[in-house]
Amino acid sequence: MINVRTLCKRHGARTILADVTATVAKGEIVAIVGPSGGGKSTLLRCLNHLEWFDAGLIEIAGFTLRPGPAGADPTTLSRLRTKVGMVFQQWNLFPHLTALANITLAPRVVRGVAAPVAADEARALLARVGLGDRAGAYPHELSGGQQQRVAIARALAQAPEVLLFDEPTSALDPEMTDEVVAVMRDLAAAGMTMLVVTHEMRVATELATRVWVIDRGTIVEDGPPATLVSAPQSQVARDYFGRAR
Amino acid sequence: MPTGRRALLALALALLGAVLVAGCHRRELGGTLAKIQKRGEITWGADRQGGEPYLWLDDSGALVGFEVDVMDAVARRLGVKARMTHYNWVNLVPLLKRGDFDVVCNGLEATPDRAASILLSRPYFVYAETLAVRTGAPYKTLAELKGKKVATLDQTYALDLLKGAGVEIALYEDNQVIYDDLALGRVDAVLLDNVIADRYGCNHAGVTCLPDDVARGTYVIGIRKEDPELKTAIDAALAAMTADGELERILRKARLWDHRQTEPVPDVAGGPPPPKRYFGVVQLRRFAAAALVTLGLSVAAFLLAVPLGLVLAIGRVYGGRWLGAVARVYIELWRGTPVLLQLYLVYFGLGPYYAIGPVTAAILTLGLNYAAYEAEVYRGAILAIPRGQAEAAKALGLSPVQSLRHVIVPQALRLALPPMTNDFVSLLKDSSLVSVITVIELTKQMTISSAELQGWLIPGLACAGMYLALSVPLSELARRLERRLARDQRAHAL
Repeated sequence: MINVRTLCKRHGARTILADVTATVAKGEIVAIVGPSGGGKSTLLRCLNHLEWFDAGLIEIAGFTLRPGPAGADPTTLSRLRTKVGMVFQQWNLFPHLTALANITLAPRVVRGVAAPVAADEARALLARVGLGDRAGAYPHELSGGQQQRVAIARALAQAPEVLLFDEPTSALDPEMTDEVVAVMRDLAAAGMTMLVVTHEMRVATELATRVWVIDRGTIVEDGPPATLVSAPQSQVARDYFGRAR
Repeated sequence: MPTGRRALLALALALLGAVLVAGCHRRELGGTLAKIQKRGEITWGADRQGGEPYLWLDDSGALVGFEVDVMDAVARRLGVKARMTHYNWVNLVPLLKRGDFDVVCNGLEATPDRAASILLSRPYFVYAETLAVRTGAPYKTLAELKGKKVATLDQTYALDLLKGAGVEIALYEDNQVIYDDLALGRVDAVLLDNVIADRYGCNHAGVTCLPDDVARGTYVIGIRKEDPELKTAIDAALAAMTADGELERILRKARLWDHRQTEPVPDVAGGPPPPKRYFGVVQLRRFAAAALVTLGLSVAAFLLAVPLGLVLAIGRVYGGRWLGAVARVYIELWRGTPVLLQLYLVYFGLGPYYAIGPVTAAILTLGLNYAAYEAEVYRGAILAIPRGQAEAAKALGLSPVQSLRHVIVPQALRLALPPMTNDFVSLLKDSSLVSVITVIELTKQMTISSAELQGWLIPGLACAGMYLALSVPLSELARRLERRLARDQRAHAL
């Protein structure tokens, strides 16, 4: 599903990602953990080309991204992004649109789905994330947890094969975090391929099938959560999972 | 709502105060002759823009012209010096009555209207109203021009003649461009006195002056009603100048002497004084019509400014180096130069190449000008939209254009609504400038009415009332729209 080869990304003289190579199979759930500034979010954002990279190659959902600002031609990028959904830390819902309109916008505009069809699908997705009764609400009328669930529904509306989560619960209090984790668990059960940058230990230990520990631009550890928690190899992982035990 | 009512009350009180202050501070008029003799100087009002042969500054910066000579001679015979003070021509009579200077001497035509409002000296010049048409045009008399567009200057005897002739009147403020527009076909004829016609019109390419005088009239010196003794003195001076040939020498020097000067003098001002005009239904209807012009112009110009401004703003933000530079140059050019200049350039400057009508030119200029301001408003609003919005749209597969259309611009326009309201109200008022290209809108109507009614206060207040009647409901509408949009969307807290 995802194949990353010798990915390099620099900001001037600073190296953000150094020769990252990794593969993700369909249905895997990868938790990406590690210290701040280590390159976790950058790696994630390279996968749907919100950021470009200097060297290496990404194959994802049947598309190929190459180095340089363009990455691929615009049509390919647009199609890639419908197959690779993203959920942001700050939700980034469109404040001028209702929950329903937030979800139907991309299917209508990008894929040309007829408005009534898109609305039916959106209602089903809202029901799936537990917000079947809030279709007409504007983002500011929803709690943070509810907004994030709408954002997940919005990403799902494009029928993606991969979902990227960039710290989806970091801006939420514990109760709302539970709501969002529950939705992610439901997606995991349905076999969705997911990459989740997170500081939430439960996501790493209970939800993930694999954990990447990223530090200073490289994947320093890659394995099933149980192994990493019980026998971390690196100092970073020891520090990180030390808090979990 | 109470705040609105309180504001209106405050406004009414302020206006009342202004009226009272204006009423109390009436200057001591009358006895001007004694004052002139005491200070050894007579001041006369005139407009330097009149140019050759009336008065103008020569290359050395000295004031010259036949009216300078006339006033110098009159002053000499009164035993004093003459000093010219420059004012807009259309304001000369009101300012004379107010006491800003002693007399007016600037192509002031004797008319029944004027005779009713100020004292008029004996004539120092006899002019003819000359009708100019495009070369080859079939018209031979004013009567044949019924329903056609005939141009003249504001507050002239020619205008009085045109008002009774059943023609469409185009009012100009400048005697140079009026014949340009005749040649360009923007008007069908020009009626002005022969002094202007001979110098600016009859030898203009494409313009022919008809040989017969439409009417004759006289130039006189205007004196306040309170100063009959000054009129007697000036009349005596002019009579002596006629008798000893000084007036003829002055007129010959200015190449103004002709057979008309020795023929019987027409008594234009001698007719029955016109009934005193008051601000009534007729004036109100004219003001309403002018308000519609102002509103129509402003709405049309804004409808041009909004989309163009949006395109410019998008060009500046997303256009990259070249498109961004083009947008910036456009904005700097239109924002950095006065609208008045732009109106002149678009209407008169481009006239020989694209002879567009005055209304089109007005809408175009105001629209293109305000587009520059709107562009900066929208640019600010676009930049105020959080980055995450564009990223979310991108991550959903929206193209840059789709993202702008569905995500960025709708939010930016909500943010831009208060400054846009501001700009539209400002445009309503700036539209008053288009009177320089002969469009009669609210402010121009005010100056016309103030001349007819011989007072500025009532027409001025009526004009202010009309502007407020246009802008206040609009602000209220915008406020409601803002409130409705605010219900949809919290201010961008994130």
